[in-house]
This record gives sequence, C-alpha cells and structure tokens, in this order.
Amino acid sequence: MTSVPRTVEAVWRIESAHIVGTLARVTGDVGLAEDLAQEAVVDALAQWPVSGVPQKPAAWLTAVAKRKAIDGWRRRERLDERYRQLAQQLEADPSGMEGIASDAWEPIDDDVLRLVFTACHPVLGREAQIALTLRIIGGLTTEEIARMFLVPVATIQQRIVRAKKTLSAANVAFEVPDPNEWRERLASVLGVVYLIFTEGYAATSGERWIRAELANEGLRVGRVLAGLMPREPEVHALVALMELQASRFGARLQPDGTPILLADQDRSRWDRAQIGRGCAALARADALGRGRGSYALQAAIAECHATAAHFGDTDWEHIVVLYEALGRVAPSPIVELNRAAAVSMATGPASALLLVDRLAAGGALRGTHLLPSVRGELLARLGRTAEARSEFTTAASLTANIRERDVLLAKATAL
Amino acid sequence: MKYMLIMRSTDQAREAYEQVPFQEIIEKMGAYNESLIKAGVLLAGEGLADEMTENFVVDFSTDPPVVTDGPYGETHELFNGFWIIQTSSKEEAAEWASRCPLGPGSKLEVRRVNEMDDFAEFADTDAIKKEAAWRAERGQE
Repeated sequence: MTSVPRTVEAVWRIESAHIVGTLARVTGDVGLAEDLAQEAVVDALAQWPVSGVPQKPAAWLTAVAKRKAIDGWRRRERLDERYRQLAQQLEADPSGMEGIASDAWEPIDDDVLRLVFTACHPVLGREAQIALTLRIIGGLTTEEIARMFLVPVATIQQRIVRAKKTLSAANVAFEVPDPNEWRERLASVLGVVYLIFTEGYAATSGERWIRAELANEGLRVGRVLAGLMPREPEVHALVALMELQASRFGARLQPDGTPILLADQDRSRWDRAQIGRGCAALARADALGRGRGSYALQAAIAECHATAAHFGDTDWEHIVVLYEALGRVAPSPIVELNRAAAVSMATGPASALLLVDRLAAGGALRGTHLLPSVRGELLARLGRTAEARSEFTTAASLTANIRERDVLLAKATAL
Repeated sequence: MKYMLIMRSTDQAREAYEQVPFQEIIEKMGAYNESLIKAGVLLAGEGLADEMTENFVVDFSTDPPVVTDGPYGETHELFNGFWIIQTSSKEEAAEWASRCPLGPGSKLEVRRVNEMDDFAEFADTDAIKKEAAWRAERGQE
C-alpha cells in the first residue's frame, strides 16, 4: 500500500525525538546525535526496500546510528579519552549492538525532555530555536520547515547547522535545567512552541493568512510537551490556548482566502471537538491548583469566545477582567490594546478610546498596524468617519500581510 | 489529516483474548494509548461495550427503519472501539495503526475523517449549513 521511503518518513516523524534523544544521551552532543540519526535514515532508505522494513524500525535506526558513532570515534586519529570510554561502554553493552532489531529499544521520556530544553537553549536565537525544535522534536525535514516558513531550503539548512555548532561551541550540556532555572527555561520552551503555532495561525507575511499545517505542528509539539510534563499547568494551558484558537480555522477564511473577523465568523464552523479538547486542557491546568499564568489567562479568554453561541452573547465583562489579570501577569502594550478592544465591547468605544490614546502616547506600539486598526474601529463606532478612514489607511500601510492589508483597506473604503 | 482507526474483532479474536489475562490486555492497550498521547497525535478514542444486550442495529431498508438487536454481519464482526488521530500523512497513520496491540481475528479499518475542506465547494449549500448549525447547537449543550 505504501512505499518504503514514505514509511521511513512516517517512522522518522513518530520516533525521531526518541532516536535523537537516545543518541544524544550516548554521545552527549545533540548536533552529532542528529547527524548520526540522519545517516541511519539514509541507510534505511537504501536497505529497507531490499531487506524489508524491520520489525522494530526505531530500534534499527538507533542501533545503526550508534554503530556509526563508534566507527567514527575509531576512525578519528586523535581519540580523546572520553570518546574511548564511551566506545568501550557501548561495546560492553550488548544492547543495540547484538542483532540490530533486538529489544534494546527503550526510549526514555527524559531524553526527549532534555532534547526540548537543549533545542530551546538561550544560547540560540529564536529562529534557531524554532528550526531546531521542529527538526528534532517534530521530526520535520529541512524541506518541510522551509516550506512552512516560506523561506529557501538553504536558509533553514544554514540555521540548523549554525544552531548545532553554537550548541557545541557553547558546550551546552544535554540536560534538563536546574530547579532554579526551570521556570525561565520552561517559559522559553513554551514561547518557541507558541511562536510556531502563531506563525501558522496568522502569518506575519506572505500571501496566505493561515498556514494550518504549521499551526498543527505547534499544537502537536505542545501535546508532546504536555505528555512529558503533566504536572506543569502552563503546558496544559498553552495546549488549551492553541486548541481553542485552532478550533476557528474552518471559519476564519472565505473561499478566496480573505480573512473573516471574529464578529463575522460562522460559529457553526468552529470545531466543537477541538473546543472540547481546549476546555478540558484548561481544566487540567486549573486542576493543578497553582493559579493561572499568562497562557491560562489567554486560554480562558479564548474559552469565553469559544463558548459564546453568538458574538452578541460574548461575556465581555469577564474578558475585560481576564485581560486585567493578564496585564498584571504579563504586561505588554498588545495586552493593553486587546483590553481596550474588550472594554469597547463591554462599556462602549469612548472609554476604550481613552485607553488606546494613552497607549499611543506611550509610543510602545508605534510603527505597528495594530494600534491604528483598533483606533480606526473605535473612531468609526463614534461616528468620527474621516479620522477612522485615515487610521485604517495608516494601518494598511503598516502590515506586511497582503490579506490583512486588503481587509483594512476594505474597512477604510466601506466607511 | 485526521484518521479514524476502527477496531473490529471476530469470535476468533474474542476467544483468543479469553486466554490472555485481562490485566495484560489493558496494560498493553494502555501503553499504546499512552504512546499516541505522548506523540501528540491522539484526538479521541473510546472502547465500545460488547454485551449484546446493550447494542442494537437500526436497519433503514424499510420506512420507518427497524431496530433489532443484530445481526452485526455474517462473520459476527464486532465494531468494538475507535481512535481518532491526527497525522501528517497516510503512511504515518498506517504506522500508528500497525502498532496497535491486536491479535489474529482482529483488524483495524482506517478511514480518513472528512474535514471542512472536503466540502469547500458545497459550503454554501443549505444542507451543509444546516449540518454545521446542528453541530454547533449540540456543541453548546
């Protein structure tokens, strides 16, 4: 039914994090582990069509990669002591060496967790963290990542190679961070996953507004994290947030690709099963009893929208309160802007305009399309048409996304 | 892409299962489910009761349809559980399906779940709109 290369790809997608994690534990080097695993995949592509797909494909790939590691160390003239010891240990350990499809395959979740923290290590820039996470946790190929981010393959390739070199040069240990670093590092991991999702949810540039496959990949990695860290409320909260936002995919675009805004969406097209999963994930976060962090508060806001039968039924007062809480947990001008938008729904455009003008005076959102687009909305509702039109036009000139620009221009024209 | 893994078993499978301690069966199935959850691909899944007294068949050959307590098919094939998973390819779904701890006499029927995109060209027809509205209403319960 299926071709061997596609089976190899499927096995890789499912098992890559465990394979690379296992190899990273053995070699102590994530970059090397990834290279070895890729070489094993090349061997599989050559051998499986002849020998058939082995019973335990992941064990096969891991064993072949381990053998390559040992061969490499042997070949090298200047074997350092550490590598020699490792090679000896591996040879003494029959698992993975005797009979390639042996039962040696015992993936350890800890390895994947270490992999997550290594891929999102602060020594790497955000773009490198994202590329590496998709590659070694998500099991995506360089081509897939490049396609999702609409950049040339060479760019992603370079990003990954450089990221591996950076990790190696910085001597980054393959480990889960210390308890005192844990919170900060977890926040960075969650940030990377959410960035992957949001880039798919509302692309910052390009012709398409939604790249569902990218968003789904963020969601999947989020679910993987929730499986690895079931006691961390913010992980469940992030999954909740992504499920709730993704539930609207079916309603956010017209057939020609034009975005449909929240107020105008046909809510019957929201994915009810996904909303159910989102609410359940938020409940899991809440059940851990450690209060709501920023993802939980954002998820709670998304839940308010998701459970309102019609736009008019939205509990805006509750949303305002949630935004106030969010503003204290994670203060940002974007949160303030959203709070202003919620205030305009709860108590009218005049009080919201005061908030927006205060934000504008602060200057934090200068140069973004968000501030003028919200301001335009409020002015339009207050009947200040000329000013509103000018704000929408300004906003349109500031967005890099073509679809979003069209929507803003349409608003300006419709006034 | 979403796939539904439909578990079907026969008398043969049921007899074979009776030889295996129930604890072992649920442990194996639990491990399989856990692997789906940990990979982030499981969306839903349920086991279905196999006591005959709780199940029935609605046959639409006549109007009104007739409700009977069987039969389920000539070989006594039971639909006794399902999973819904989300994967990036058909092959990935096949890989997951083939890892399910089932024995001889059992099979998984794998069907892709239709999504909104499959009906894009009919999105504006009344039938699709009504269906969507009905789904929305049920979801509001």
